[in-house]
Amino acid sequence: MNIDRRLIRLAASTAGLFGRVVGMGLLGGLLLIGQAWWLSQAVNGVFLGGMDVPALMRLVIGLLALILLRSLAAFLTEGLASRFGRDMGARLRRELLEHMVRLGPAYVRGEQTSDLGLAALQGVDELERYFSQYLPQVFWAAMIPLAILAAVFPRDPLSGLVLVLTAPLIPVFMVLIGKLAERHTRQQWTALRRMSAFFLDTLQGLTTLKLLGRSDQAGRIAAVGERYRQTTMSVLRVAFLSALVLEFIGTISTAIVAVQIGLRLLYGGIEFQPAFFILLLAPEFYAPLRQLGVRFHASMSGLTAAEKIYQVLDAQPEVDLEVNPGRPHLPCPPFSIRFEQVSYCYPSREQAAVQDLSFELRPGQLSALVGSSGTGKTTVTQLLLRFIDPQQGRILVNEVPLNDLPLADWRRQVAWVPQRPALFTGTIAENLRIACPEASEEQLRQAVRQAQLEDYVDSLPHGLDTMLGEGGKGLSGGQAQRLAIARAFLRDAPLVIFDEPTAYLDAEQEAMIEAAIQRLRQGRTLLIVAHRLPTVLHADQILVMQAGRIVEQGRHEQLARGGGLYAGMLGSLEVEP
Amino acid sequence: MRAVARLLGFLRPFWREVLLAIALGVAAVASGIGLLGLSADIIARAALRPSIAELQVAIVGVRFFGLSRAVFRYLERLVSHSVNFRLLAQLRAWFFQKLEPLAPARLQGYQSGDLLSRSIRDVETLEDFYVRVVSPPLVALVTGLGVSLYFGQYAPLLGTAVAAGLFIAGAVLPAVSRRVSRPLADGLAASRARLNAALVEGLQGLSDLAAWGQEQAFLQRAERLDEDYLRRRARLDWTAAAFNALGLLVSLLTMLAVLWITAPLVRAGEVPGHQLAVFVVAALASFESVSPLALAAQQLEKSLEAARRLFELVDAGPEVAEPASPAELPVLPRLSVKGLCFAYPGGAGDVLRDLSFDLPYGKKLAIVGPSGAGKSTLFHLLVRFWEVQYGEIRLGGRPVQAYSPASLRRMMAVISQNGYIFNGTLRYNLLLADPGADEDRLWDALALTGLQEWARNLPEGLDTWLGEHGAQISGGERQRLLAARALLQKADLYLLDEPTANLDVNTERDLVQVLTRTLAPYSVIWVTHRLVSMDWMDEILVLEGGQVVQRGTHAELLAREGLYRRLWQAQQRPVLFVPGADMAGSEAG
Repeated sequence: MNIDRRLIRLAASTAGLFGRVVGMGLLGGLLLIGQAWWLSQAVNGVFLGGMDVPALMRLVIGLLALILLRSLAAFLTEGLASRFGRDMGARLRRELLEHMVRLGPAYVRGEQTSDLGLAALQGVDELERYFSQYLPQVFWAAMIPLAILAAVFPRDPLSGLVLVLTAPLIPVFMVLIGKLAERHTRQQWTALRRMSAFFLDTLQGLTTLKLLGRSDQAGRIAAVGERYRQTTMSVLRVAFLSALVLEFIGTISTAIVAVQIGLRLLYGGIEFQPAFFILLLAPEFYAPLRQLGVRFHASMSGLTAAEKIYQVLDAQPEVDLEVNPGRPHLPCPPFSIRFEQVSYCYPSREQAAVQDLSFELRPGQLSALVGSSGTGKTTVTQLLLRFIDPQQGRILVNEVPLNDLPLADWRRQVAWVPQRPALFTGTIAENLRIACPEASEEQLRQAVRQAQLEDYVDSLPHGLDTMLGEGGKGLSGGQAQRLAIARAFLRDAPLVIFDEPTAYLDAEQEAMIEAAIQRLRQGRTLLIVAHRLPTVLHADQILVMQAGRIVEQGRHEQLARGGGLYAGMLGSLEVEP
Repeated sequence: MRAVARLLGFLRPFWREVLLAIALGVAAVASGIGLLGLSADIIARAALRPSIAELQVAIVGVRFFGLSRAVFRYLERLVSHSVNFRLLAQLRAWFFQKLEPLAPARLQGYQSGDLLSRSIRDVETLEDFYVRVVSPPLVALVTGLGVSLYFGQYAPLLGTAVAAGLFIAGAVLPAVSRRVSRPLADGLAASRARLNAALVEGLQGLSDLAAWGQEQAFLQRAERLDEDYLRRRARLDWTAAAFNALGLLVSLLTMLAVLWITAPLVRAGEVPGHQLAVFVVAALASFESVSPLALAAQQLEKSLEAARRLFELVDAGPEVAEPASPAELPVLPRLSVKGLCFAYPGGAGDVLRDLSFDLPYGKKLAIVGPSGAGKSTLFHLLVRFWEVQYGEIRLGGRPVQAYSPASLRRMMAVISQNGYIFNGTLRYNLLLADPGADEDRLWDALALTGLQEWARNLPEGLDTWLGEHGAQISGGERQRLLAARALLQKADLYLLDEPTANLDVNTERDLVQVLTRTLAPYSVIWVTHRLVSMDWMDEILVLEGGQVVQRGTHAELLAREGLYRRLWQAQQRPVLFVPGADMAGSEAG
């Protein structure tokens, strides 16, 4: 219910538009009452009053006008309601996106949270229906029946009473049965998902099934489908009862109204014209309530979506983005970066990702970070990029705490070469300019040259202006990483963080990466998450990590002799037979 | 329209249920019209103060329709859902059956994942074919005709007016609406796809965007795409609103026309006066039958598109034909390949050129070379996924075309990196290879591949759920599981296609040891670009550009200058090995 309130508050913030939607729908309801009134007079006149042609003509013209107005109102109501839904959707989409950017990579990088973010964005569509269909209908279901009652009561209190007494049955049953149906619907959904998953699985494994000589699965698919039909039908027999009862209340009430008015007409208790007027209105009295029942389901999926959306919107950013006045300016490069007893533990993890890290990265030096996966190497790079901040200890840049530096300014001083760089739809040049939007064509060329990507770019039909497809298809892993290296050269930042590829590289690629690293280390502070021997051989210091701690530290010659973890790693390097 | 006929064919097995559902749909709509019409009839005739006896029938009728409408609607929903589920099961089984002979050769041109998800979406679209496409027009047609005839019996003009109104609202408006909104909807879908792609790539690449300080640029780009999407949505939404309002207008105008036409007839005494009230109400109520037709038109188009795609896919002939009278499978067969050439249709040239070798039973052959040298193609030909184009493959002295492809495949077991682990228990995955295997045999296979410990430690042992929704398994365990499954297959010829791809050095070494030990008695062809345990092989073919450039034993090839030695040396370049790389991904992100 909390979510409901938040959504209504959101809707209220566009009170003007929402008010127009509700008002226009109400106007349609009033025009409907007017139409019923004139229609009943026309029928009465022709049937009992012997109405002459000009009089009928006048009524028909009046009715025609009403009909046109009513259709126009319906058009505006639906159009405005859609617009309301669209506006709310666009707004939530924007808020979500901005918030996720604020939450930063540390939040979005988690696999579950990234799915959550996408699910939330897709859920906005569901929520649009909540705004465009359900929410206005709540108001119409309250107002239009009231307006009809107001028209019926003065003319025939007894019929009004029938309507008043039967009307509450609809929402009551709707809630009672709705709860039941909801559970059934969810069960049915689970069953359907399972069956679809089985189908997909069988198709995905088709080649394997064929190789195993077991591709006779059609019968099994049919059997699973039939079993699903049987279980689902038994569920639906109950679930559809809700619609049955709702429909039943509407129709049987109309029948009651008709019979009781008819009987009173027989004894002169009421005139034909108001009687017919009431009969015309009776089904319209229940219609908005029934429509609410129908749209209630749209609201349910919308609410589920809203839960996901608010789950994201309520998450707090890891890193404080606010820049306080009086904070120190960025120190001048080159940088000497010192970790002092730094610890960090991811939320929802018990064990700290890094613990009591202390080391120093010196200008012009290459530091290599080694260790098996899961030992905290990535966490170190995330701390340096300030995707996350230390929970204990601190990181000092030329003796100034990193946390105190303005975030955007700091990140401008860092170039990052991840293992799998993200490529965006656009040209190679656009993908490079991410690192330096104002770079000239000549600068791009030079960066591409330095990253050993020039031959490849030259081989492309449009050179730097070649489009990279969705997700950068068309670039191999090695090429994508060299593109990231080119970005690093473009930015020319004093601190470079390089995540070496773990995948097997051929000799040529290996040489290219080697050359790029040698060029990058000139005058910069360079930290490499290393997987290759040449890198560690040339490193000024090697930091060996295990279970979130630095267990060994030094140059290759020292560590290789030491007989510790690092020496053990080298030992397992024995060459295959 | 042939597609429609073919689609309707799917309904044939349960046509009785289909007819019942349509009859119930008609009954429900008719009850609605009857309820309101009879109510008007009671009131109008009561106004003339007849004796109550005269109204008795109508009163009973109103009560009946008041009940029956909801009941018919309920039954109709039940029956049509049942039809839907039958259709669903049937379509899926049909699709699988049709796809099976085509895999994988005929599915190559399509990007595999894309094809699969699109086909599944298409099948799902067709599952609604009955409820949304077939049933509504039929119900509308029957009730529309009935209502028009009812009016027509009083005056032909009256019947014509109602029929015209129903036709415009049920057929003309939906058709025009589709024509108008189709291009809008297509543009909208494309715009939406662009927006979604940008959002997905932005969120997935948020680390890069943040590191390079490009968050604002991303937000602005998303905003621009969102604006385009919203503009298109607005156009489509307003169009939809206009057509819905037009539908309302047509129904109200029809009612007005009925009033205008009937009035002089009443005055002339040709139609009893109380009938006017019934007419007006019944005319309005009859439009309920045509209201779902706009959606039906839209759905018909979608169904036809889906059907066309599916039919096109399944109508492709299989790559490999069954022989008319399959030969009996040979025992302990010798495999010989002579002058084999192969090019994929639409591919760039030959992937295999003049490949020949001879493999007596129990011998081991390796085919090595850089990736893309056509190594896997040989396997596709051996397991009869593709037909031999040029040259020949003989097994036990006969060309492979002489055997039934399915039984031939049972003689061969493939261990590759692409093997699929099904969503199911470990036991289920193993039994696929040998349905009759008992518990001991399964454990033997697990023990041989070094998975015994692992399987014992699983939460539910052999009954632990694997696959996408099941227990996480590492790359090494996965490859070994595929090997265990292949061992259960009791094949004569083992085809190993880079079985150690994506494994770290230690795991690779372990798996290779398992394979050399357990496959010793059988014929083996090993395709790889990693030169591991090559001294085990009786012969090594070095492939480059689809052609054999060197052949011999490991020792012979190393002694010679050439591609093999270069590959061997390149592989000896040190890589800083990191223990536990097998657990990749356990770190956040």
